Amino acid sequence: MSSTLNVNTMAELMAKGEKPEVLFWVGCAGSFDDRAKKITRAFVKILNSVGVNFAILGTEESCTGDPAKRAGNEFLFQMQAMTNIQVMNAYEVKKIVTTCPHCFNTLKNEYPGLGGDYEVLHHSQFLQKLMEEGKLKIEGGEFKGKKISFHDPCYLGRGNGEYEAPRALLEQLDAELVELKRCKSKGLCCGAGGAQMFKEAEPGAKEVNIERMEDVVEASLNIVAVGCPFCMTMMTDGVKNKEKEETLKVYDLAELIAEGNGL
Amino acid sequence: MGLENILFIVAFAAAVFLFSKNLKAIIRNINLGKDLDISDNKLERWKKMILVAIGQSKMVVKPVSGLMHIIVYAGFIIINIEVLEIIIDGIFGTHRVFAAPLGGLYDFLIGSFEILALLVLVACVVFFIRRNAMTIKRFKMKEMLGWPKTDANIILIVEVFLMGAFLKMNAADQVLQARGVEHYVVAGSYPVSQFLVPIMENFSSGYIIFLERATWWFHILGILTFLNYLPYSKHFHIMLAFPSVFYSKLKPRAEFDNMHSVKKEVEIMFDPDAAPAQSEGPVERFGAKDVADLNWKQLMDSYSCTECGRCSEQCPASQTGKLLSPRKIMMDTRDRLEEVGKGKDKNGKDFSDGKSLLGDYISEEELWACTTCNACVDACPIELNPLSIIMDMRRSLVMEESKIPSELAGMITNIENNGAPWQFSQTDRANWINEE
Repeated sequence: MSSTLNVNTMAELMAKGEKPEVLFWVGCAGSFDDRAKKITRAFVKILNSVGVNFAILGTEESCTGDPAKRAGNEFLFQMQAMTNIQVMNAYEVKKIVTTCPHCFNTLKNEYPGLGGDYEVLHHSQFLQKLMEEGKLKIEGGEFKGKKISFHDPCYLGRGNGEYEAPRALLEQLDAELVELKRCKSKGLCCGAGGAQMFKEAEPGAKEVNIERMEDVVEASLNIVAVGCPFCMTMMTDGVKNKEKEETLKVYDLAELIAEGNGL
Repeated sequence: MGLENILFIVAFAAAVFLFSKNLKAIIRNINLGKDLDISDNKLERWKKMILVAIGQSKMVVKPVSGLMHIIVYAGFIIINIEVLEIIIDGIFGTHRVFAAPLGGLYDFLIGSFEILALLVLVACVVFFIRRNAMTIKRFKMKEMLGWPKTDANIILIVEVFLMGAFLKMNAADQVLQARGVEHYVVAGSYPVSQFLVPIMENFSSGYIIFLERATWWFHILGILTFLNYLPYSKHFHIMLAFPSVFYSKLKPRAEFDNMHSVKKEVEIMFDPDAAPAQSEGPVERFGAKDVADLNWKQLMDSYSCTECGRCSEQCPASQTGKLLSPRKIMMDTRDRLEEVGKGKDKNGKDFSDGKSLLGDYISEEELWACTTCNACVDACPIELNPLSIIMDMRRSLVMEESKIPSELAGMITNIENNGAPWQFSQTDRANWINEE
């Protein structure tokens, strides 16, 4: 379905003397990775359908510095952080939502010490709030009879203790929600964290995403739901490796909701 | 006061002296680490320590080994009341000195100790079987070969013998009590050791007195020896688990510290006026190459680690056959710290052997296998943080030695040039709006 997205940048709103209620931090994956861009678009469709007053930084957004920090380059991380904080503080940003748990963690936990204090929400938390406020109605009819599990992203789950928001959303779909063998605080990493996304894995017996995909295959799911663009890449690769593309799909939470609501 | 009491006092004083000497060496080693102020949130820290360390809340994630551990732990603490009595009796030549003042409570206590002693004994036998006759992967990993395996077995065997001696001592005692032998006051209840009585009934009182004394001495000398074994053993966790939990991280697990030394320099880049008129002391090292670059909490944690391997069992890298094992990170840190400490004892405090934790103990390959997923920290029953050590060593590799896998070097360059880890232009950041 083709649709025009209604997206303002902070700069555009400022020129009109306006301020959005929330900044949508798109993140590098959400901006450039072809698969992750679909997540970004799906999330914006939901925001548009609910009528959320949001804006993006657009070309003024730059990497949070998370992969640099996790790769040991604290200098680059702090340079990126200070730059982003200057931009966001100039726009008097108060609240941020992001579809990437890595951006979420960095903005929420590591920016305050460098002068950037914001209320930061992962999109699962943001959407859960919209749902609880009655603004977002999730229609899950088309998922009837489908078996779905949520793969916990480390930086949202173990890293920040958020296990419930994604599940609260998925419960609204008319699907059969099951847990993977290893879930929540015991959830197995997809293999991409700590800057592993940008390098080959160290030598070993198996790739981490294949180990994880075996949990998914064992659960004989139709859909594995993710909440992180890196998990998306790793799980999608895992599905290909197991040659399950026909029967097993990987979707982000936002995509499932947008799809269910016919957006 | 007889000869026996003098001997006891000498043995007891020697054990306490030796232990405090070893303890001081460990404290000195821990203080080789960098300062770190962890004086915040006292109330929350107490709560966490009561729940996690005293309450063992994370042990029961594995119900079988968790419950057995609680038995051994409770046994250890409660049976120590008995040790207090043994010490007083040993010094003053009394016998069961608590019996008269405690009356009926004493019977109850001795009865409870006996039941606990039996439970501890059984748990230790099961632990021994699990480690030696069963194939439990976390006990068979590479870093557990040799001394770590022997260490674990020594601890279990010693505990079995100590509990055995305690029960045998009580059995002999109650026979002597029943025969009305002088000095053996009638006291205590013996729900377990009563079953050992038939073995002794035909022995002469003189021989049973010998048995009672021998097991009494074996029990207390065993405990004093064990006390002095602790500083060389993973079993030291029985002391440091508590401060390790107390000072553990309260912030979200995924939050990494912002390095203060870097912050100062970045602030100067953004605002040259922020530069101090003159430099403040020696230049700080970025990250950790050796143990002295780690902070005292990280070093203390290496002594708290009891090598249970729950971290490595959960680690995605360990599980997929990578070289990294978070438990080995903790063990290497302690081994290297001991080596540095001994070197300083021998050769003075400025001693350097040219070796370092990073390189001689822990390889780059191990460090780069970590996904920073926090599974190890979450799995640790006492909240130790191997990830923080891994990260500090990555920082040293990258910022001090410019050693970084080439793909990551490319990622870093991309962020520097175009604000994204991939080679896309920042001006294309919002192109997704009009695509599809």
